[in-house]
Amino acid sequence: MLKDITIGQYFPGSSFLHRLDPRIKIILTIAYIVMLFVVSNAVGFLVGIGLLAVCYAVSKIPAKMMFKGIKPIIPIVIFTGILNLFFVSGTPIFEWGFFKITYEGLRLAVIMAIRILALIAGASLLTYTTSPIELTDAIESLLKPLKALRFPVHELAMMMTIALRFIPTLIEETDKIMSAQKARGADFESGNLLHRAKALVPILIPLFISAFRRADDLAMAMECRCYHGGEGRTRMKQLRLGAIDLYGSLIVTACIAAVVCINLFVPAPF
Amino acid sequence: MPVLEIKDLSHVYSAGTPFEKTALDHIDLSVEAGEFVGVIGHTGSGKSTLIQHLNGLLKPTSGEILVDGQNIWEDKKNLRGLRFKVGLVFQYPEYQLFEETVYKDIAFGPKNMGLKEEEVDERVREAARFVGIPEELMEKSPFELSGGQKRRAAIAGVIAMDPRVLILDEPTAGLDPKGRDRILGRIKEYHQVKQNTILLVSHSMEDIAKYATKVLVMNKARVFTYGTVDEVFSKSDAISHMGLSIPQISKVFHALGEKGYPVNRNIYTVEGAKQEILKRLSKGTVQ
Repeated sequence: MLKDITIGQYFPGSSFLHRLDPRIKIILTIAYIVMLFVVSNAVGFLVGIGLLAVCYAVSKIPAKMMFKGIKPIIPIVIFTGILNLFFVSGTPIFEWGFFKITYEGLRLAVIMAIRILALIAGASLLTYTTSPIELTDAIESLLKPLKALRFPVHELAMMMTIALRFIPTLIEETDKIMSAQKARGADFESGNLLHRAKALVPILIPLFISAFRRADDLAMAMECRCYHGGEGRTRMKQLRLGAIDLYGSLIVTACIAAVVCINLFVPAPF
Repeated sequence: MPVLEIKDLSHVYSAGTPFEKTALDHIDLSVEAGEFVGVIGHTGSGKSTLIQHLNGLLKPTSGEILVDGQNIWEDKKNLRGLRFKVGLVFQYPEYQLFEETVYKDIAFGPKNMGLKEEEVDERVREAARFVGIPEELMEKSPFELSGGQKRRAAIAGVIAMDPRVLILDEPTAGLDPKGRDRILGRIKEYHQVKQNTILLVSHSMEDIAKYATKVLVMNKARVFTYGTVDEVFSKSDAISHMGLSIPQISKVFHALGEKGYPVNRNIYTVEGAKQEILKRLSKGTVQ
């Protein structure tokens, strides 16, 4: 049950997208998200979604994984959709007593739904094709200019790496403790809210104790290997831009530019 | 009548992803009531997956499990009751301790069963006696105990549910030899008094030879062999071939046999070896 959490779950592979430099991927993802919020033209959205579909096809991520990532935000999409549908003023197309649906509301509701879904699908694609370690390396590299402002970039990246590294461990640990307590007849599934909150105590206490123990052990192990912060530290895997990064960014930039142009110069069909 | 029956059980982890792994591959097994079964096999041979199926913590990908002739997945509502009947002690069970006192922690299981207070009290004290936790430790925090004591308190927490089948997953991992003998000795004693069924997962052939009546050898997600200690250890060559070692004393007696000494080669414990040597000496067949 806990293993179903997919946010940030890496899906190993060796596709074009997997091999792309993680820094490029982050920048392109951000550009893509900005594009989603600039565009309001149906043709533009079609091109944007087409680009996303092509990326998913190239990365060989199963459609099942994509839908699994999108599923949890469906309620949010529906909620914003309903808000937009009923509370935007404009030309009414349907009226029933107190309720009133306007053309502008309908249009905004559809656009927002597409935006949110495309945003999550795009962002998940980044985490599906980039391992967490690559991701933090890229963030550290991208944030480097902030060092001039005495921002602790390395420390932040290290904390992220450690946190990401321990998510699966802690999930596994939670699973194990849950199983052990279930074997002693603990019941997490029935009873009212208070009952269920109380039922968590036998999980949380052992989990906290083991998290502290692990943190202690890790600190000791890092010190034993002479870790002393980012000063003068070199890395085993250097991030280097290559030809595929150039092609990748050219293709995506061209698509994004096309979408923006369509938005500016092609009249909206709806 | 067998207390545990496993029919054509398979389990696949993360089916349909690149992480797919078959942990159990068409297992058939039947365990009679009152046996003390030693379970051995390499890391990743499917031992832990198998035992988690026996009390319904994992759901079979295919196949079925019968406890007392009842398919455990027939009615999901009975699963909780099943867990009181088939007690499972996980590896490093001390990591599951959470209560303020040792007494309360051991009482967690029996309380979940919905027993009356007097009966809970009786069971807690009995379980503590079985594992050798003295009365004065009962009101201490479980986190103040030593490693071995913690382990025994956690085992008591499962024993207190008085299960018909008790499964222990490497209960001695990470303990010193003294702590190991102490725990296994207590479990054997418990088995003799209660006459219930015990499954003991272990990496040590010595321990299994000393305590178990039957041995289950798992290899590569399948049952390699299941039989009495004599039957299983007579296949010592095949077992060594799998990279599992037979007890050291057996190796000695095998070597003696090879050298032409007229000794019984089926010796698995130091005690048995002693008897055999005394027997040969008194017969005068060995000088």
